Amino acid sequence: MLQYQHLYKSFDNKAVLTDIDFIVPKGRTHALIGSSGSGKTTLLRLTLGSIPFDKGWVKIDDQALLSFTQAEWADRIGYMPQDGGLFPHLTGAQNVSLVAGLRKWPKPKINERIEELRRLVGLDAALLKQFPHELSGGQQQRVAIMRAAMLDPAVLLLDEPMGALDPLIRRNLQQELKSIFHRLGKTVLLVTHDVGEAAFLADCITLLHEGRIVQTGSYRELLERPSEPFVTQFINAQRVAPDTAPA
Amino acid sequence: MKSLICILLATVVLSANPAMAGEAVVVGSKIFTEGYILGEIAAQAIETSTSTPVNRKLGMGSTGILFQSVSSGAIDVYADYTGTLAEAIIKRPDLKSQEEIQRALAPMGLTISRSLGFNNTYALAVKKPFAARYGLHSISDLGRVGTFRAAFSYEFMDRKDGFRGLVDRYHLNLDAARISRMEHSLTYQAIDDGAVDVIDVYSTDAKIDKLNLQVLKDDLSFFPSYEAVWVARLPFVEKHPTEWRALLKLQGTIDERFMRAMNAQADIQKVSFSAIAAQFLGAKASRSETLWGQILIRTREHLWLVAMSLLFSIVVGIPLGIAAVRFKVAGQGILIFSAIVQTIPSLALLCFLIPLFGVGMRPALAALCLYSLLPVVVNTFTGIRGINPRHLENARAFGLSRRQVLLRIVLPLASPMLLAGIKNATIISIGTATLAALVGAGGYGAPIVSGLSLNDVPTILTGAIPAALMALCAYGLFELLGMVIIPAGLRRRLVA
Repeated sequence: MLQYQHLYKSFDNKAVLTDIDFIVPKGRTHALIGSSGSGKTTLLRLTLGSIPFDKGWVKIDDQALLSFTQAEWADRIGYMPQDGGLFPHLTGAQNVSLVAGLRKWPKPKINERIEELRRLVGLDAALLKQFPHELSGGQQQRVAIMRAAMLDPAVLLLDEPMGALDPLIRRNLQQELKSIFHRLGKTVLLVTHDVGEAAFLADCITLLHEGRIVQTGSYRELLERPSEPFVTQFINAQRVAPDTAPA
Repeated sequence: MKSLICILLATVVLSANPAMAGEAVVVGSKIFTEGYILGEIAAQAIETSTSTPVNRKLGMGSTGILFQSVSSGAIDVYADYTGTLAEAIIKRPDLKSQEEIQRALAPMGLTISRSLGFNNTYALAVKKPFAARYGLHSISDLGRVGTFRAAFSYEFMDRKDGFRGLVDRYHLNLDAARISRMEHSLTYQAIDDGAVDVIDVYSTDAKIDKLNLQVLKDDLSFFPSYEAVWVARLPFVEKHPTEWRALLKLQGTIDERFMRAMNAQADIQKVSFSAIAAQFLGAKASRSETLWGQILIRTREHLWLVAMSLLFSIVVGIPLGIAAVRFKVAGQGILIFSAIVQTIPSLALLCFLIPLFGVGMRPALAALCLYSLLPVVVNTFTGIRGINPRHLENARAFGLSRRQVLLRIVLPLASPMLLAGIKNATIISIGTATLAALVGAGGYGAPIVSGLSLNDVPTILTGAIPAALMALCAYGLFELLGMVIIPAGLRRRLVA
């Protein structure tokens, strides 16, 4: 369970996040949407512990972020950066096992876990020996998910998971991603600007605008019972684009 | 106040009395160019092979003063000539061999080394046109000239093996009134101005060629042999065996041609005595070896210089580069400092470093270290700055500590730039290290520097060719190293 309680953050006395308060129940997938400048990237960085917040709480399974060291917290959140964010100097397998290796996992345990995840994301074993620039966008994405899930974290945090992908590949991968989430059984928070993607992947959506939550609810709720006109406006603006329409 | 005066006084006393200041060795010299050079060579030979401080008392005067000083213990060692010792000191011109001279000196508490390798005997010289006019080849021929004007140095005039003996042996018709006694170096001026016709010279004098003089042959073998030797106090030899051994190593290493070239460097090219001595000691190290042996020894010296400065540039340059990224203001300071160092001409830098580090390997190493710093610092800085900041933020988000980010992410990603910087530093070092010979550090520069002063191209090439080859090898080696050190993922990218 990932929980935000009355979270505030400002930069130079300018509020960027105001009273952020929502829960992602265990095993559910939650999408954070909003246009650029809405504060979703700031919320993501706060969640990772990369920047401090002013007041409020971020908790995983009722344990507050502030009670952990950066490394301890990082082990509880499996993070998949935008476009995968694989390190170019490491092979797929090295990228996946980087942190486990630093945490002194024994080699057999590492190999076992990599094999388990590889099957789960459906990646060819030979591809793990390749460097990121030798992999396609979709393959990089899968390696990045393996890396995020490697330490078996309580929460997966995905930043624009489909961001840079070709629209055609995107459709296929969305389907696969959904089933991967299902198989992993993790609590997932994904950050996206794409309503269609959010609607397809997530059980619940939080729409951010100018640093505050406009509405939290299922896609249907947002569509049928918008809390304010901006919700409808935001959703309709994106429905025009044919490739992002919900399946 | 009182204590301050005491300290000052103590300082003055200590510095005036080298015996109290940590057993310094006192090197003296006669007051002409060759004396200075040999004195400087003795001083540097001791400094480079031991840690004993050396007190230089160069240019003290002529033989009498030097003999008195070494007898009284005011100086420990100086260079003199066997002929001078037999004539002027022992007063037994019949003593010819070095063994005889050594035996005669022992009761005076003195000893001498074997010859340094050259015989600097007295000779008479005239201007070449003058020689041509009278058909002069030998001293005997002077008898045909009738009257002529001569300028002789004080020492030559006063010594039995000098003027008086010469006049007796050759039955020269010299009008005493027409002989000018003057300081030795001024006699050259006198003959060059045409004020006199004949002067006394030393056979290693640089000015013989410069002033277009003809040396007259000593056809009656009047002048005794003047082999250059070290004259030392016996107590010094007993108390400082290592220092004495350092001087004995120079026996037989300086030939006449080389001595004349060194004198010319000082008198004509106005190179400093210390620079000449340093260059000689650097070049000398391997004179007795075969060509390949010499190259091997110089390769070792050169490699050592380059390797040490490289080690320094890596150990100091990379952290400085990293610091320059992390601390903005100090970082600019670091970059500006290393750039400024790079703009100082190497000769000037070596000059600045001599007062701090003396001569030999130390100032050379210091200069090379400073020079190899810039490429490493700058490349570390640009290499790290060129990394996509998202990788660094991601790494922190994955829970890597600062240290882990540096070692696992930053340095591998910056490694192509880093390695290029180290490669540049190495190649600069290999080139600059040839200048280290100027301060007596040896290496490939030694034959280059001495070859240049002797105008001897083959000698220059024995240094220049290996230096170029070493640079090429270093280049190849770094290409190979790149295959090992640069992560494969980045390597293929560079090729693509």
